[in-house]
Parts: sequence; C-alpha cells; structure tokens
Amino acid sequence: MRSITSFRAEGNEFVPPSSKDFVLPPIFGDNEFTTKPIFLVLLSVVLLSVFFLMASRKAAIVPSKLQFAGESVYAYVRNDLGKEIIGHEFMRFVPYLFTLFTFILVNNWFGIIPMLQFPTMSRISFAYVLGIITFVVFHYVGIRHHGIVKYLKDILFMPGVPKPVYILLTPIEVATYLIVRPLTISLRLFANMFAGHLLLMIFILGGEHLLQGAIGLKLVSPFAFAFGIALTFFELLVQCLQAYIFTLLTALYIGGALADEH
Amino acid sequence: MTGTLNLVGYGLAAIGPGLAVGMIFSAYINGVARQPEARSVLQPIAFLGFAMAEALALFGLVLAFVL
Repeated sequence: MRSITSFRAEGNEFVPPSSKDFVLPPIFGDNEFTTKPIFLVLLSVVLLSVFFLMASRKAAIVPSKLQFAGESVYAYVRNDLGKEIIGHEFMRFVPYLFTLFTFILVNNWFGIIPMLQFPTMSRISFAYVLGIITFVVFHYVGIRHHGIVKYLKDILFMPGVPKPVYILLTPIEVATYLIVRPLTISLRLFANMFAGHLLLMIFILGGEHLLQGAIGLKLVSPFAFAFGIALTFFELLVQCLQAYIFTLLTALYIGGALADEH
Repeated sequence: MTGTLNLVGYGLAAIGPGLAVGMIFSAYINGVARQPEARSVLQPIAFLGFAMAEALALFGLVLAFVL
C-alpha cells in the first residue's frame, strides 16, 4: 500500500506541506464550484439549521438537553457579545452576531473533525466575504444612526483633538476605517486557520515519513504523532477563540459606529 | 535546502507585534486582577488594542507570501 507521503514525493525525500496543499481539485469534473470547501460551507449551514431547529422546536420552560445546549450558545452570544459591548440597541444585531459566531465556529471545527479535516476558512475568499459583510454592516449602521455627514465628519476629524494633530490622525483614521478593519478581521481568521492546518499537516505527515525511515527514526515517529494529537486539541482552542474574536470585533465595530461621542 | 528568506523576515517582523500583544494582555490581566468589576469595561479596550497590534503581524504575513 502506498503511503500518503509517497504520493507526495517521489523517492525518499520529505516534501514539507505548503500553501499548495490548500488548493483542492474540484470533486465533480472541472467545475470550480464543486471543491471541498464549498461543500463544507453547505454542510455547515445544513448542520446548524438542523441543530437549532431541533433545539428550538419544542421550547419548554423546563428545557430538554438539546434546548439547553442551543439556548446556552444563544445566551452567550446575546449577553457577552451583544449586550456587554453594543449597549442598549443590541437586540437588532444579535441575529447577525449569532449567525456569524456559530457559522465560523462550525467551519473552524471542520479542521479537526475526522474525515473532513479541512478548515473552510483556510481558503481566504470565505474569510474575505465575512469581512466584507461586517464592513458593510457597521458602516451602514453608523450612517443610519448619525447621518452620513456627521458620520464622515467624526471619522475624518475626531472631536476633541488639537487641530495640528489632524495632519497625522486623519490619514490613519481613514485607513483604519476603510482598509485596516475589514482586511485584518478576515486575515486574522484566515491566517490562524491556515497556520493551524499547516502545523497539523507537518507533524502528522512528518511522523508518517519518519515511520518509513531507519529503525532509529521509527522510534521517534510516535513522538511526532503524539505532538500532532496534542496540537489538535490546541487547534480546538484556537478555533473557538477565533470565532469569538471575529464576533467580538464585529460587535465592537458596530458599537463604535453607534456610540454618540464616537 | 531551498526556501524563501521572506519567511525569515516575517519571523523577525513578528517579534514586535508578539511583544505588543503580550504587553496588552498583561496590562488587561493586571487591571482585572486589581479591580475585577472593571472587566467589562477593560475587555473591549484590550481586544481593540490586541486587534490593532496583531494587524501589523498580519500585514507581515501577507507580504511574506505576496512579495
């Protein structure tokens, strides 16, 4: 039986995983819309819909286990990410924050679920789409709340600052609101998922490669696998954290756009 | 051995944001330890600062792959 690494490398050379390993071929024919990440996104939508429909179908005062699980996720997003940060108008944004949090969380989990094992967000286009939606939402909310003139004025000329400072501050503020915020919020998610997946690939493929080597190398390979397993749990932590940070930053940006003193 | 020096450069460039993120969270932990009820006030500030500092590391990462 040919091993995974021997598919990757001709001869006995170890080829470290690279960014090329993230470009997966289409599953059906040549259609680029049938790659694995696309199916993972669809799967995540189906899983989330089924789970929360089941959890909220028979809402009772004494909740079932399923209802309790669904409601604790919802309560967490509503109270800790919505109410704490956005303030008194938070209820309007809870559906968006909740969708964002659960969608990113499940898609990140795909990175370590056996048989799937590909974090959707390690393809940057998915992360960009989420970043763009957040970008549109928080600017739209700010413009609706303050009116376009006051909103732009507050961004361009932050109140309560001595006049000469605007030479420095205005370009930074404009870059922050238009470029840095949407770019970094998506890049952070992408980079963490990408680097995490690469890390797991290195340890597990490396361990598999050591297993084919001399007897001394064979003895080392269990350590590589053990590290791979330990890092999988570390990845679980990072995945939850990234879903949390993305949602938290979205809430912060919305809260900032709504804030009166700005 | 083949590879690109960009990644070494990125490693060096990540030192600064790494220190910055550590300092931000150390200040945040200190603040919460001294005054636990200030947690909800400090948390958004800490994460905004963290996001800003990490943005620099992310720019480095992008340039390491693009250049």
